[in-house]
Amino acid sequence: MCDTCGCSQPADAVTFKKPGEEHHHHDHNQDRIINIERDVLSKNNSVAERNRGYFDAKNILALNLVSSPGSGKTTLLEKTISKLKNTIAMAVIEGDQQTLRDAERIQATGAPVIQVNTGTGCHLDADMIHRAIHELTLDENSVLWIENVGNLVCPALFDLGEAMKVVIISTTEGDDKPLKYPNMFMESQICIINKTDLLPYVDFNVEACKNAAKQVNPSIEFFELSAKTEDGLNDWLEWIQHQAAKE
Amino acid sequence: MHEMSIAINIIDLATDFAQKENAHVIERIQLDVGTLSGVLIDSLSFCFDAASKNTIVENAELVINAIPAKGNCTDCNNHFDVEQWPSPCPQCGGYFITVSSGKELKVKSITIN
Repeated sequence: MCDTCGCSQPADAVTFKKPGEEHHHHDHNQDRIINIERDVLSKNNSVAERNRGYFDAKNILALNLVSSPGSGKTTLLEKTISKLKNTIAMAVIEGDQQTLRDAERIQATGAPVIQVNTGTGCHLDADMIHRAIHELTLDENSVLWIENVGNLVCPALFDLGEAMKVVIISTTEGDDKPLKYPNMFMESQICIINKTDLLPYVDFNVEACKNAAKQVNPSIEFFELSAKTEDGLNDWLEWIQHQAAKE
Repeated sequence: MHEMSIAINIIDLATDFAQKENAHVIERIQLDVGTLSGVLIDSLSFCFDAASKNTIVENAELVINAIPAKGNCTDCNNHFDVEQWPSPCPQCGGYFITVSSGKELKVKSITIN
């Protein structure tokens, strides 16, 4: 390699010399353009497809739960698992920056769970799921819940190999959130409006929220429920059983 | 701040291709970034500078082609420019729009030496 500039040319390959001049010159114009035409997330996407193949082979319904922090994802999972654990085998991957708190709550329901702590990371990626499913024993014909890091922006971009994304919005948030964070609502097939028990006390307009979400994604489907009081929970539970039977 | 992950993915992809060509320096990386890709270009450039330190990509020029978003109305078949998502079809007011371009997030090419 050339000692001066680090280019790939052997230092002695080309020399230009005048009598009395010690310094060597060589051609720096060796730039080559390599066409790549590759999706930036192609590595993530190929691992996601690998996960998807694994889920298909074992007939596992993988659902990626996404929302802002505090929308009630973990409470909804606790309730869902408690109600369905005698009907469907379920396991959970919990994503958070820090702590085992959510995993401990899920473990109390009896479902197998693994906590992925992303450190400073703001989303789960396909490789984290790949590694997590190596640590979990997943039954055939089961449901795998992936509770993503609470963040309405970044997780929209990362395919994990899930069957679908389920976005959760709670009535303590603004009903215009689908317009403010359109990517997540574009990528999700299901929207759960949670904490409906608080509707008498907050300014959240359910119809306005649904209209906003439909503008972003006209085919999105809704469930309105309160994970806490269990009002509206049955429709959701029936839907999961129906989806799991379809897989 | 997913732009940091995106920047690292770009650097890894460019480095893989450059190493296959036995290149020691990457002079330039050309990207296609759609306006609906969910990536903030300023933030991506900032993260790219930070993440490329001490790699063969350090000092590479990041050339970003911003790809404007276009939509197709499934109700009236109108093809139109999408300034912001969601936008109704300017012809019929419908919201059943499919995105025909604007979600790109792609490494087009690298220039190596």
